Amino acid sequence: MSNEAARSSRTLPLLPALKDATLSALVACGLFFFMIGLRTEQGSTGALEITTRFETFAMLVALVFAGSFLRTLVFGRGPIPLGRAIPPSLARQVASASRFAAPALLIFALLVPVLFYQNRYLLDLGILVLTYVMLGWGLNIVVGLAGLLDLGYVAFYAVGAYSYALLATHFHLSFWICLPLAGILAAFWGVLLGFPVLRLRGDYLAIVTLAFGEIIRLVLLNWQSFTGGPNGISSIPRPSFFGLPFADAEGSFSWTFGLEYSPTHRVVFLFYLILALALLTNWVTIRLRRLPIGRAWEAMREDEIACRSLGINTTTTKLTAFAIGAMFGGFAGSFFATRQGFISPESFTFGESALVLAIVVLGGMGSQLGVAVAALVMLGGFELFREFQLYRMLVFGFAMVLIMIWRPRGLVSTREPSLYLGERKT
Amino acid sequence: MSAAAEPILTVDRLSMRFGGLIAVDDVSFVAQRSDITALIGPNGAGKTTVFNCITGFYKPSAGLIRLQHPDGRAYLLERLLNFRVAKVARVARTFQNMRLFAGMTVLENLVVAQHNALMRASAFSFAGLFGLKSYRTAESAALDKAHYWLDRTGLLPRADDPAGSLAYGEQRRLEIARAMCTDPVLLCLDEPAAGLNARESAELNALLKFIRREHGISILLIEHDMSVVMEISDHIVVLDYGVKIADGTPEAIRNDPKVIAAYLGIEDDEVEKVEAEVGL
Repeated sequence: MSNEAARSSRTLPLLPALKDATLSALVACGLFFFMIGLRTEQGSTGALEITTRFETFAMLVALVFAGSFLRTLVFGRGPIPLGRAIPPSLARQVASASRFAAPALLIFALLVPVLFYQNRYLLDLGILVLTYVMLGWGLNIVVGLAGLLDLGYVAFYAVGAYSYALLATHFHLSFWICLPLAGILAAFWGVLLGFPVLRLRGDYLAIVTLAFGEIIRLVLLNWQSFTGGPNGISSIPRPSFFGLPFADAEGSFSWTFGLEYSPTHRVVFLFYLILALALLTNWVTIRLRRLPIGRAWEAMREDEIACRSLGINTTTTKLTAFAIGAMFGGFAGSFFATRQGFISPESFTFGESALVLAIVVLGGMGSQLGVAVAALVMLGGFELFREFQLYRMLVFGFAMVLIMIWRPRGLVSTREPSLYLGERKT
Repeated sequence: MSAAAEPILTVDRLSMRFGGLIAVDDVSFVAQRSDITALIGPNGAGKTTVFNCITGFYKPSAGLIRLQHPDGRAYLLERLLNFRVAKVARVARTFQNMRLFAGMTVLENLVVAQHNALMRASAFSFAGLFGLKSYRTAESAALDKAHYWLDRTGLLPRADDPAGSLAYGEQRRLEIARAMCTDPVLLCLDEPAAGLNARESAELNALLKFIRREHGISILLIEHDMSVVMEISDHIVVLDYGVKIADGTPEAIRNDPKVIAAYLGIEDDEVEKVEAEVGL
């Protein structure tokens, strides 16, 4: 394979390159003629008029031609050896450095409020990233470990958020009581979703979970008397520091500790709160992976029939995966509600599910570090390109394609065994 | 032969129909304790269907399957479905086209097999989550058992490699080791020698004899490789077109005209006689 590529690049395959380029240009012609070459606009009389943009069309086709020509000329017809684009010495350095990546990231996360205390924007972004890290880790249990493709994860996020909002506004329960209750309720809905989909796998499971996510959203939207419908729930109690509210008043957090009142206190508290919740998710996942239940999840992902032949109850195994994944989604949801102070069904669309799933797949299914890095890259990337609104999705899509060519199994694709015999061998 | 003739598995008038197709028709046989019982027959004879009925993957259309544990407890397997046959009645099985957990390591495959024992020890994950001592003891016992079977099947050097990276013969042995880790009373093997070379077949024979001798476990196997069947079986049951055509010791089966006819067809000069019988 490598010899072939090397040989073809030495002799410069002009003819095959021309052939490939012509083919690609023809396909581009067919695609772009109607999508870009023609454009309908409302004319002065109100009727639709066709305008043409043949220059743009010709430019794009020429671009495709040139790109395809160069690709075949440089790399030959085989797959692009992106792996070899990085010198092996650098790859080795990266690999050895990645051992320190997790502790370094953790220390950085702990220091963010100290380093960026003055920068409210970065603190808010940090909270957002950590929320998605937590959602990613929660979904990782269902998708990465148990291998159950769940496209409706946002449903549990919504259940958690609404549970907290309703319990806190109606019964005036504190955050620390509502949090476990929201988690339990979300887990209950996870089991409820689990029952009808016990026999489904892969694509079929994905469709049903997708529908489940939509059902929850539509119920929230239409059950006006209970959820407030499209108006959502507002004035959700903000979090307090274990009973001390963040306010410029007597008996508040800053008053008790003799600090000057600053609204940043609450943001910093929220940051550490979501960091703690995310780390709890991570700790539980890492522990569960090394327990029989975690190994049964992974075994079920590999072969469900073999699991049954070994006496593993696949029904309860599946339901626990759904329930525990949903529980962490519920925790994240109640954090979201207390942070925003206002929730409505608009925050729980399919787009959120897709984003969380993209984080898990991009990070590498089953890898905790990969999911955290992917959440940082995705949301950080979104923010970075906020200025170039027009090209944001273009750059984002292009980056996704590149990463999937370079690392088809996600950023971190190696699987760490849950236990070793290694030390016994020696 | 077994010391005391005591049945472990009694299959009584078992039938399995798929729509209009009768895959297994009124088959009865008995497997004795600590025996190696072989189930043979041409392709499509219904061997694997019988297996799937015994191991709870199919619910038979008719018939009883009775399993008697050494301590006297008896189970009607056709009433236990699915994972309960393995969990409660302790019947372990392997598959014709192996079903290993390919992405997990060899050792993990063997520890997953001890799921139910470990699950109890970890108090359904709560004791395990906080690393209590009772769970750690159970885990170390599970590792010891895995170590024992890895040693027995010669897979010890590959313990920490992904199961999918093993050679074909090693994967076959790993599947048997995994089944043994469930602590079975009856071990059901679906074509364990398929795809093995002569040396590997001989090793398999030795392993199965060892399991029977040292652990007193009864074995039921489906096999096409006659060198395995004739050498290790104590008892052979022959199926053809879903019907039992013979049942007996290897010597008796070897000389049974019905079995020879089923495997090799009938002699040319007998064709006329048979045609006359059916009225051609």
